[in-house]
Amino acid sequence: MGTLRGLHLEVATLAAGPPRFRAHGSRDAWSVLARDVVANGGRLVSLWASDRRPLGEGYAVNAAYALAEGLLWVSLPLAADQQGYPDLAALFPAASRLQRMMRDLHGLEALGAEDTRPRLQHGHWPADLHPLRHDARADAGVADPGGEAYAFVPVRGEGVHEIAVGPVHAGIIEPGHFRFSVVGEKVLRLEERLGYKHKGIAARFETLAPLDAHRLAGRVSGDSTVAYSYAYCMALESAWRQSAPPRAEWLRALALERERVANHLGDLGALGNDAALGFGLAQFSRLKEDWLRVNAALTGHRLLMDYVVPGGVAREPDASLLAALPGQHAALRDALVPLADIYSSHAGLQDRFVTTGRVTPALAGALGLTGLAARASGHAVDLRAWHPTPPYTALGVRVATERNGDVAARVAVRFAELTESLRLLDGLVAGLPDGPSHLPLAPRAGCAEGIGWIEGWRGEVLVALELDDAGALRRCHCHDPSWHNWPLLEHAVMGNIVPDFPLINKSFNLSYAGVDL
Amino acid sequence: MLRILRQILRTGVVSEAPPTEGLALEDDSERIQRAILAHLGRALAIREVDAGSCNGCELEIHALNNPYYNLEGLGIRFVASPRHADLLLVTGPVARNMEVALRRTYEATPDPKLVVAVGDCACDGGIFGESYACRGRVANVLPVDVTIPGCPPPPIEILKGILTAVRRVPARTAR
Repeated sequence: MGTLRGLHLEVATLAAGPPRFRAHGSRDAWSVLARDVVANGGRLVSLWASDRRPLGEGYAVNAAYALAEGLLWVSLPLAADQQGYPDLAALFPAASRLQRMMRDLHGLEALGAEDTRPRLQHGHWPADLHPLRHDARADAGVADPGGEAYAFVPVRGEGVHEIAVGPVHAGIIEPGHFRFSVVGEKVLRLEERLGYKHKGIAARFETLAPLDAHRLAGRVSGDSTVAYSYAYCMALESAWRQSAPPRAEWLRALALERERVANHLGDLGALGNDAALGFGLAQFSRLKEDWLRVNAALTGHRLLMDYVVPGGVAREPDASLLAALPGQHAALRDALVPLADIYSSHAGLQDRFVTTGRVTPALAGALGLTGLAARASGHAVDLRAWHPTPPYTALGVRVATERNGDVAARVAVRFAELTESLRLLDGLVAGLPDGPSHLPLAPRAGCAEGIGWIEGWRGEVLVALELDDAGALRRCHCHDPSWHNWPLLEHAVMGNIVPDFPLINKSFNLSYAGVDL
Repeated sequence: MLRILRQILRTGVVSEAPPTEGLALEDDSERIQRAILAHLGRALAIREVDAGSCNGCELEIHALNNPYYNLEGLGIRFVASPRHADLLLVTGPVARNMEVALRRTYEATPDPKLVVAVGDCACDGGIFGESYACRGRVANVLPVDVTIPGCPPPPIEILKGILTAVRRVPARTAR
């Protein structure tokens, strides 16, 4: 046991991986700790609850904080008849939506919280059903097929009207509802209502074997399948105090960087298209297709699904394909040069990109923006550089940052990260250690817990899991960086014109599936 | 402008031949166009609906629109409103929170209409199955004409499934 600078509680250090600490606190310590974290420049990463009544305890509310020293996972035990805990949203605005999720799933209340509207509960299952309570009815049917009305915050004034969009959007996009309050073309306020895709993922985890559940983790948000399955495996390996062989860690990083490159290519094409440069979409989607085909040859899957598995990776890449990778990296690097040049000098594109959808560094800090979008608003947060694990310790990651926080900045960060990922990929192929790429994990009986923390292409992905006495999954919580960034999108749009919303939205490219769970 | 033209020339035409395997009639893009015209009398308009996917299927449907597959060249396009659509391309298990929206989208699509379920989840509920939050496969909610398994199915499989669905429509007689 030890302590962390500026925090008044005892922590235990978790084995292997990035620095992670574990602590339990009382009700008073919960709020004190949150204030201390703020005072020390820490951030809230995630909040989730678990039902520990089967263990003869009550409930637990969990928080993960990012500190200079690493990740702190702290639990607040609640007695079974005590279903309230102190609100954190006043200190961390991003906590609000997470607390609303905990109310829907576990029936626990954030005491003193301002926004208590349901989030995932849309009135399609009984209001008294809290599905993650272990004694929840499994056969719950439809409560009210009409759904329930949702209290959007009204904006009043002369000439103000609302535009309601979704849940089905006018494109190949995930579903969600956007309520704009506008005057003429100018957006006064945007409110997002999500939760349409809620599939009961957390409840589903409890029915899967720990050695199979990486597949479900890899389907929380399909565009981040490597990040999630990697974080899940890190959590499980840490819980069982085992690790993947070095070669597997390098191949996992290779997959993670390939996923980053694929998504950045897709986004850059879509951003050009949303600003009426169809040429950009054609060019970048062609490059992305080339990239995905190599993924398929290398791992058997175009999107790299089910490649990261407990104990390593699912298959050893063909030696000749590995040898050909630096050639592909060089070809993409060459292809990006004229495209970056065209994007940066195209007057029509720059007119749409520059100053559009701004999030200032101050606002990003105050509201807890994370990942790629935070780096475009002057916050150099990147786990790969901040708390690197092998192989990033050997490669050294240069963090891409911009100050302007507009669409142009998020485009520039993507270009810079493409170049950096290609450099890292060259290093990963060149330095790939010999040895096995997979060692089966030996399941361990007995209560255990683990947490995984990975910098995916969008930002920090976190997976926390608890195993019961028999070694089964009792709780698995998956956290997407979009939780923190969706509220910032509401701010980024203010004062912009309605037709710029698709462009601003795309520049964040947040996951709906990842926060609907 | 010159740089854009130079880049377009340098890239050339990358479109590939459309799939023939498993499709008895269509062996080139012209025949696919003719088949779509014979069955629909115009280009095929698709409205994509994500009823609860992980977004993996959306990535592959997006890929179908890249220059390699030349979708619009075959006479197939994605439209923004179900009212303009001949075919609904539905992904995901149907989340209960999306069931009403999916039904409304279907009702807003003019007859005759086709429904194609894309991906394992849409075909049989996939890894998410049925639960308090999830209605499982699309066929539990809407009549489905064609299912395209895969997690996610690659673009070429999605294209084959769409063409199979089109051929389900009785060929039009001269009007």
